[in-house]
Amino acid sequence: MAATTQFRTCPTTGLKIDLAAQSLIKANAVAAVVFLAIGGLFGLSIALTRWPEIHLLPVDWFYMALTAHGLDVLLCWIIFFEVAVLYFASAVLLNCRLAAPRTAWVAFVLMVVGAALTNVTVLQGESSVMFTSYTPLRAAPNFYLGLIIFAVGALVACGNFFGTLVIAKEERTYEGSVPLVTFGALTAAIIAVFTLASGAVILIPTWLWSLGYINHIDPVMYKLVWWAMGHSSQQINVSAHVAVWYAVAAILLGAKPLSEKASRLAFLLYIFFLQLASAHHLLVEPGISSEWKIFNTSYAMYLAVLGSMIHALTVPGTIEAAQRKLGFNKGMFEWLRKAPWGNPAFSGVFLSLVMFGFLGGISGVVLGTEQINLIMHNTLYVPGHFHATVVTGTTLTFMAVTYLILPLILQRDVMFPRMAQWQPYVFGLGAAGISLFMMGAGTLGVPRRHWDVTFADSPFGFEFPSAAFMMLALNGLSAILAATGGLMYVVNVVASVFFGKKTADKPMKVAVPVSTSGQPAAVGAYGSAGSLNIPGTITLVTIFFVSFVLYYYVNWKYLAEVWPLR
Amino acid sequence: MAVTPPANRLWWNEPIHIVELGWIVIAFIWGLVMFFTMVYWHSIGEQNLANETYKVVPQSFAAKAEAMTEKYTVRDEVGIPVVRPPPGSDVYLIARIWSWWPILELEKDQSYRLHLSAMEYSHGFSLQPVNINIQIQPGYEHVLTITPNQSGKFGIVCNEFCGFGHHTMVSPLYVVDRS
Amino acid sequence: MSEGGTPGTRQTSGGPEKERIPFWQRVCDNHFLLLFIGVTMPTVLYILWGVMELVGIPVAPQ
Ligand code: HEM
Ligand SMILES: [Cu+2]
Ligand SMILES: [Cu+2]
Repeated sequence: MAATTQFRTCPTTGLKIDLAAQSLIKANAVAAVVFLAIGGLFGLSIALTRWPEIHLLPVDWFYMALTAHGLDVLLCWIIFFEVAVLYFASAVLLNCRLAAPRTAWVAFVLMVVGAALTNVTVLQGESSVMFTSYTPLRAAPNFYLGLIIFAVGALVACGNFFGTLVIAKEERTYEGSVPLVTFGALTAAIIAVFTLASGAVILIPTWLWSLGYINHIDPVMYKLVWWAMGHSSQQINVSAHVAVWYAVAAILLGAKPLSEKASRLAFLLYIFFLQLASAHHLLVEPGISSEWKIFNTSYAMYLAVLGSMIHALTVPGTIEAAQRKLGFNKGMFEWLRKAPWGNPAFSGVFLSLVMFGFLGGISGVVLGTEQINLIMHNTLYVPGHFHATVVTGTTLTFMAVTYLILPLILQRDVMFPRMAQWQPYVFGLGAAGISLFMMGAGTLGVPRRHWDVTFADSPFGFEFPSAAFMMLALNGLSAILAATGGLMYVVNVVASVFFGKKTADKPMKVAVPVSTSGQPAAVGAYGSAGSLNIPGTITLVTIFFVSFVLYYYVNWKYLAEVWPLR
Repeated sequence: MAVTPPANRLWWNEPIHIVELGWIVIAFIWGLVMFFTMVYWHSIGEQNLANETYKVVPQSFAAKAEAMTEKYTVRDEVGIPVVRPPPGSDVYLIARIWSWWPILELEKDQSYRLHLSAMEYSHGFSLQPVNINIQIQPGYEHVLTITPNQSGKFGIVCNEFCGFGHHTMVSPLYVVDRS
Repeated sequence: MSEGGTPGTRQTSGGPEKERIPFWQRVCDNHFLLLFIGVTMPTVLYILWGVMELVGIPVAPQ
């Protein structure tokens, strides 16, 4: 097997790239983008339906589109892209061949077939159960079967990642420990194994139930295990996109981790504790004790939040340190002002970093507080929060890194560079808008997954404050912006991949070549002790921390004002 | 570099800079503070979800709700009885497609043991504009003690997707001043 | 800190050198141990504990 593997050497990075891995990265990334396009259109259509003045879709279409939106963006787009990231972080970064390209293709086919089957089933209209498919709502059997096939495919892909790690170690394609980015990808893969296994444990019986072989699935038990998949898959995203942040900072700016130890410790905390947060979805559920809720929702005393807060310092910190080394040393923020804002890979990553932290991170911890969840659960605050994490965070990051993958891995020039330059801003602004305005509407009590909050068809009705309707309208406008940004991305990627110019066989202009073959960098450059000068980052992190504390306690105050209950 | 193996083979032995270490300590302490805020709220806070839950067959929950309704109905609104149970009593609220049954009328500043359960699907109890949100599951009877501290007409909106009529599932809840 | 670039001390895995690798670094380098921990922790603390809670719910008094 090893003898037949063909490699090329990347002229920019000096990395040895397995051609089979390269094709697989391409296939998975393209599939991801296709599902983003489909899912994004559904997203736009539901946002326009929730804008009462427009109310685009009829009721059955709305719930069908909402189901399809969740599936296509959250599962298909994200997981296909993550498989590409896993192959990149193992085979490419470790200078290794991919363990089993043939099975990796099988995995890809399974994922495509599963995703297509579930999509078709949803579009047939009998399976509008939302992507969470809470029992006793019942979808057609193929809805679950498609998801199971998809999950098996993704699990096989993870197996390939682990296999590649083993081969790289045995064949000694790297020295010492794996790169930090690979370690982050490993974190993602480990969480993925738990995620997909939980998915199988719950979806297989549910599939049998929908076929009539099992006659009861307990709804709370279902929810408990389903979220072990549903929420953990979000933790795959976090690990993967943080790994990508480090990668982009390294490739574009030659940034080095401030400290390998701190950054890896942060990932280690993710591996140990991050998945417990699946409890976020069960905080107002009957029948589960507060002990369980508090322990799990806090990732065992917020140890995984500690991990994220470490990254919140070290990622901008590595960027600042690298920029200062390149000479942008004036004042507190010259490094930031003179950063490569015109490069979509950088601007996308930095916007994502800021918005993920400020919008997604803070709102997530607040929402996941046992008692505060009472005043937010199932309101639009929830989708508001997770559009900040999974759209301004993960999706924007993956978009950004695509502009590096295109020339470096897929060997295509970006077809419309001007459009690429603008894209992260347009999409980022739109996505920030949908997050903020949905959170705002949720604070005013507007429910999620709801076709008509004017209650026109109901014998009773209830009147939400007019501010809530304004939020929904602003959400619709932001959705148009986000969809435009999404379209700019999809068109550019598809055009470049299929019709783009082949990249010239010369190094691309990046700040610092990533040389793995050469001599190790000077020892003094590593480790942060001694010479760390990151005042800008310290300022940013301080602002972050103060906002976090204030917002957290403001919400306790809101909670204290509602009807007493116990 | 983050995309290459650590140059220092023994990277774990590298000291962490004081700035980074300081931040880690602050973040760790903040985590403890948030954790113990939740614990503490259970002893001093007034808004904690009850842990009292029973397994129940939907029909027998419905029977309890009907018995209560029979005793305390005061009037009717579009065919749904409005009940006014005495303060301190057990109050049953059924969530079913796509209505809440019966309609409740409570007294301000009085406590009630509110029993929540669903008939077929999951529903979401969302009291508006107060914004208290609780999940309701079929087969589970959740018992909480609530004390309305404002009077007026409130809305109970279903905020868990429960089929194509989900958006019509809303009903009033009345809180009246002590007479 | 001196090992990194000093000529002649290039690390080989195995042998007495291995003993000196700090415990936590060895944990980080043992990917399958991490996989085991990463799957076991949530399975026990989240799923099993949660299932036990649900199984222990009493039946409603009639
Ligand atoms: C053009 C971009 C997007 C727009 C305009 C958009 C808009 C929306 C809206 C309006 C909702 C419905 C909220 C509700 O009624 O409950 C929603 C739900 C959701 N969105 Fe998006 N979204 C976009 C992109 C994404 C992306 C990229 C992801 C994931 C990576 C995502 C994940 C989700 C999920 C998981 C739901 C919940 C579905 C459910 O409740 O079952 N969205 N989105
Ligand atoms: Cu309902
Ligand atoms: Cu509903």
